[in-house]
Amino acid sequence: MQSITTAVQNSAKKLLEENKVDVVIGFKKGTIPLRSTPVFIRDSNDADKLEWNYYCENNLANYLRNKDQKIGVVVKGCDSRSIVALMKENQLTRDNLYLIGVPCSGMIDRKKVNRIIGDKEILETNCNEDSLIIKTKDSEQTIKLNEVMHNSCLKCNHKNPVIYDEMVAEPVSENSNTDFSEIKEFEEKPAEERKNFFIEELSKCIRCYACRNSCPMCYCQECFVDSTNPEWIGKSAENVQDNLFFQAVRVFHLAGRCVDCGACERACPMDINLGLLTRKLYKDTTEMFNTEAGANLEDAPALSTYNMDDPQPFLLKE
Amino acid sequence: MEKEPKIVAFLCNWCSYAGADLAGVSRLQYPPNVRVIRVPCSGRINPLFIINALRNGADAVLTSGCHPGDCHYATGNLVARRKFALLKNLMDYIGVEDERVSFSWVSASEGTRFAEVINKVTERAKKVGPNNGLFNKESGCGGCNQ
Repeated sequence: MQSITTAVQNSAKKLLEENKVDVVIGFKKGTIPLRSTPVFIRDSNDADKLEWNYYCENNLANYLRNKDQKIGVVVKGCDSRSIVALMKENQLTRDNLYLIGVPCSGMIDRKKVNRIIGDKEILETNCNEDSLIIKTKDSEQTIKLNEVMHNSCLKCNHKNPVIYDEMVAEPVSENSNTDFSEIKEFEEKPAEERKNFFIEELSKCIRCYACRNSCPMCYCQECFVDSTNPEWIGKSAENVQDNLFFQAVRVFHLAGRCVDCGACERACPMDINLGLLTRKLYKDTTEMFNTEAGANLEDAPALSTYNMDDPQPFLLKE
Repeated sequence: MEKEPKIVAFLCNWCSYAGADLAGVSRLQYPPNVRVIRVPCSGRINPLFIINALRNGADAVLTSGCHPGDCHYATGNLVARRKFALLKNLMDYIGVEDERVSFSWVSASEGTRFAEVINKVTERAKKVGPNNGLFNKESGCGGCNQ
């Protein structure tokens, strides 16, 4: 981790000194433990602020659209895939980007850590190869990294950036196939149970739209939920039906575009299991149309192309 | 008396709407439960339309366009087909009854088939009963019995 931090800092310093980019977007140490925060470095003297650790969970592709500067950006696997997906939609120009690729070994989920240590205040954290050491006021606890990784990171099969201008470390080994076990398990349940589960989950929703705002692919000028003419959807969070409507259409809009980075789920302040919805669409597009969003520069996004022999199991049985 | 279901049908202008027309001029009988909305192409169907129809109280929604390969705009229904496949899966996944959302391809010459499709969809809508389910805004918290 330390070596990656140094390499990122050196790379950013060099880019800024040589005026190759106007700004480098990366992560710096956050104000609370277990948190790194995105940072915009414009001066080469500030490059030392950059960090790389297990808390760099934000998807930095979010900050790249509608900028007329040349941007250097620190990318892990999911960031790079979002960038590819945005490039396919003509939202980004490759020439304006300099991608500092970082192999990612997964990010730590603060909520999981908090569940393990309870409501004690975390004073200091330390990470080594495979465990996280948490210091609180009167105790010290060692947790296996696998237990506190984000769900999306545990199932990730693109840990290394798919495109980059330079890699700051050796690539890490990838999971060989995508694991959709939790989705398949949920599909097996009776319809009534699935329905009740979603009703229950979405009754927690406060309609803050953090899921939408944290998503690099959600960039409509006017979102359908904000539209008042036509008013597609009620604006109150009290109507669970409307909350589910919002989520269903949100994930549907991401079909074939979502790179499964998990940013929506991380952003949710109410801890709603959004992965169960987003990953369902991700699974279906992958399995039905045999494409993975953002995995390469060649394939067209799943929903903007077609095959003559696409499956049509949805038709009315006659 | 049994409550008659309300069915919203999105029909493409070039095939299914003409198919409905043919059913009409051929004086074929089919249930009057269906309310037709004419759209330029099945590719024009935004999944929002379908969910919104359910939200505003439709008991079932039928979406119909030209057969794949016959689209007036060459590829409109082929692109739509991928959307429909995903939408149908998602609807099933979150627990919307299979009978609420139907899709079919009906060409301009298939007047008889159009009548059959409407018969079928109406039958299905009656079988599943009124829409108090997931998306109906009037049903309050219908899904969780509160």
